[in-house]
Parts: sequence; C-alpha cells; structure tokens
Amino acid sequence: MNAAGVVAESISKRYGGTRQTQALQDVSVSIQPGQFVSILGPSGCGKSTFLRCVAGLERITDGSLRVGKDPVAGPPDNIGMVFQRDALLEWRTIRNNILLPIEFAGKSRENYQHRVDALLRLTGLSGFADSYPHELSGGMRQRASICRALVDDPRLLLMDEPFGALDALTRDQMNVEMQRIWMETRNTTLFVTHGIAEAIFLGDVVLVFCPRPGRIVEAIPIEFPRPRPLEIRESPEFGRLVTHIRGLFEGMEH
Amino acid sequence: MNAMMSSAKNFMHGMISLIVLIFLWEMVCRAGLVAPIILPAPSDVFVELFNEAGWYASQAWYTLLITLAGFACAVVGGVLIAVALVSSRFFERYFYPLIIAFNSIPKVALAPLFVIWLGTGSEPKILIAFMIAVFAVIIDTVHGLRSVPPDLIDLGRVLKGSPLSFFLKVKLPSALPSIVAGLKVALSLALVGTIVGEFVSSQKGLGYIIMSAQGSFDTVRVFASLSILALMGVVLYGVLAWVESKVIAGRRAQN
Repeated sequence: MNAAGVVAESISKRYGGTRQTQALQDVSVSIQPGQFVSILGPSGCGKSTFLRCVAGLERITDGSLRVGKDPVAGPPDNIGMVFQRDALLEWRTIRNNILLPIEFAGKSRENYQHRVDALLRLTGLSGFADSYPHELSGGMRQRASICRALVDDPRLLLMDEPFGALDALTRDQMNVEMQRIWMETRNTTLFVTHGIAEAIFLGDVVLVFCPRPGRIVEAIPIEFPRPRPLEIRESPEFGRLVTHIRGLFEGMEH
Repeated sequence: MNAMMSSAKNFMHGMISLIVLIFLWEMVCRAGLVAPIILPAPSDVFVELFNEAGWYASQAWYTLLITLAGFACAVVGGVLIAVALVSSRFFERYFYPLIIAFNSIPKVALAPLFVIWLGTGSEPKILIAFMIAVFAVIIDTVHGLRSVPPDLIDLGRVLKGSPLSFFLKVKLPSALPSIVAGLKVALSLALVGTIVGEFVSSQKGLGYIIMSAQGSFDTVRVFASLSILALMGVVLYGVLAWVESKVIAGRRAQN
C-alpha cells in the first residue's frame, strides 16, 4: 500500500488583480495516510481551490502544504484525479483511457493489463474494456475515470465533485460503489462535494468549508462503522449530523 | 445508420434537381431562345466531353495534382504554424498580427508576382493554391487547439507527461474535428487557387482550357471544363466530409 498524508499549515490563496479575492484563508488540516476525507461547502467556499492547491494546479500564496514528505510545488508525483465531468478521451477505448497515466509515466502498458482488468471488475465495467466512452452511461463513464485515477496505485486520490453531474439515483449507487472501491484500495482520498449526505456517508472526516474568505469552520469525525449501508442515512445519528452541518451553513449567511 | 440514410436521401434530392435543371436548360437551347455561343446545349457539352475524353482527362489530372499538392502544403504548413502560434507567446505576439495582415491581401492579386518569381511551371500554381488555402487550416487549427477542455489540460498536468506526448495524445486528437473542418474549406480553396494560377499563365490544366477557349469564343469547351471542375469540387468535398464523419463518429459534442 502506497498512501501519503496531506498536511496543510495555515495556507492561504489570494487571487491577484485589482479586486483581490481571498479564496483560502489560514487553512490548517492534517490528513492521515489512507483516510477518506470529505470536503464540503457551498459554492465559492474554496473547497475546489483547496483541492487544486493539493494537486499542485494552483500555487498557495502563504503557509506550507505537504503531500507525504514533500512540499507541494507543481503536481506531486503519482496522484490520481477525478473531475466532475469525467474528462475521458472520446477517441480512446475505455481500456486505453485507463492506461493513459501508464503511458504518460513511461511504463509498459503490458504490465498493467491485469491491473486494468481488476479495476474494471471492481467497478463493474468488465464487459466494456473495448467500448468507447460515448457508449457508456454517465455513471459508467465516471467509474471508468475512477479506474483511470487508480490504475497506477496513486499515493493520493483527489476527486472534485465527481458525482455532481449525475442524477440522484445514480449518485446513491455511486456512493455505495465508491465506498466499496475505497475499502478495497485504501487510497488517501480527498472528496469534494456540496452534498451533505454524500459527505457524511463516505467520509472518515468531513471538513466543512465556508466562504468569504474560504476557510474550514469545522472538521467533523464520522464514526459509523463500514461498510455503511445507504439506509444509514435514515438513522437519527445521521440526521443529527446533517442538522448540525446545515446549522453551520446557515450561520454563514450574514 | 440514420445519418447515412439521410445523406443518401439528400444526394437523391440533389440529383433530381440537377437532372431537372439540365433538362430545362436543354429545352431552352433546343427552342432557340439563346444563341449557342452564349449558352451551349448540355447535349453539345456532353458530346464534346465524350469525343475528347482522353484530352480532358489529362488536363483535369494536371489540375487535380496541383490542387492536391497545394492542399498538402497548406495542411502541413497550416498545422505547423498553428501549433507554433498556440505554443509560443512570442510567436503569437509578433507573428499573429502579421499573419492576419497577410490574410487580408487578396491572394489572387499575388498570382502575377509568383509567376515572375517562379516562372510558368507548376510551382507558382502550387504556391497560389497553398496561399489561398493555408489560412483556413491555420484559423481552425488554432481554434481547435485553444478549445481543449480545461479538465483535459489539468489532467495532463497532474499526470506529468512530457509536453510532446501530451500534445500528441490529448491536444491534437481533441482538436481534430476542428482541424478537419478547416481542411474541408481549405481543399475547396486550393482548387480555386489552382485555377487562378492556370488563368495567369499556363499551357496545361482546366483553367488554361477555359482561358484559351475564351479567346476563340468556344463556349462549349468552357462549359465542358466547368462541368469537370464542378464534379471535382463535389468529389473532393465529399471525400473530406466522409473523413469528417469518421472523425466525429463516436464523440460526444464537446461542451
């Protein structure tokens, strides 16, 4: 197993220009290797900015940010990223999409064929290796893009509202699958979402972000044992967490 | 399947209109409503084409080769220039305005100059075809390369591939539909450029036949050449439209 922690020490991110915006202010968090962390907040709260900083796609303006032992300066080695819109290459088959990180890393595709097959089995896409993305449904496409992110056994899996574009039923199903995949692979996972139930259902911890300036208002540990069934969302304990988080959001509006 | 059926249907409809048009034209000529020197009957044009088939074929072949050579240069040159424009700030800043300015010169007006420079062989004609066609390739390729979805750019950065493999595996294929759309326009323009070149100075090709037939008021010959040109234009366009449908097939509309 190959999992890295993430440590942020009072990081800030300002966007320059005439009207300076404080996208992140004084964000500190320590994420353990192998943890599943949900990053929750309304739009404009800096949750995606935080993820992009960890991915090395945005530069922090203050503080220190480390993935594993290394300070983040540009994208860290061996991370996987899943985008809201799957970002599959339409002209490649599912198998060849999943092998893209292997090609970019300059490794032999042959050595990873078994890995691809295993991931396709894990995500229920076994029959679709040679299909093209347009032949798959939205949920299946997103599963394929998760396979792509996992193929090289990343130290860190970053997911930016991966199920945001899916319908509610597919989304529920994807949540269950995501939990199963994560329990199998145990990658350190940062999962950005604006769905409260989704964040609680999946996370070991929920980091609640709030806007203007973007910051963490609370880190809530989630203690439900795994595997968690979807019905857990009907439990009083779950309800209390939802109410609590909703209260945090309502407190934000001034 | 459906798309193929409908394009076959469009083709049928076009053929029916064409046949009706030719029929009416023939009637007008037979009735003696226009002098043959102004508008020859289609049947006369067919007879001319049939009797001189070998000669027309060799002239058309020459025009086709020049067109394809000009087009090939435009594709290679246009894509390379577009790649340079997109990947280098310097190139974009200093050369793009120049290219735009150059594009606004009517290229046809340059034809005599190219004859002075390059003589009366194939080269000036290829150059004119290239000049007229290349901008369509540049503009659509630049557009395609600039429209790569931001997620794909981020994906490339996170995966840390070499710039070259990212370009070949992600950017270029992503821009391909746009590039092919440019090629479709460029091919028609290359044919225009070739004919212009043959007008200006030539002893060969369909453009030459038209010019020399004009001198002797041989309208039949002009129409015979025009009908070959029309056919050539349609076939060339059809080939690229087919390529385009192959490229686009299986792609979700990108944004």
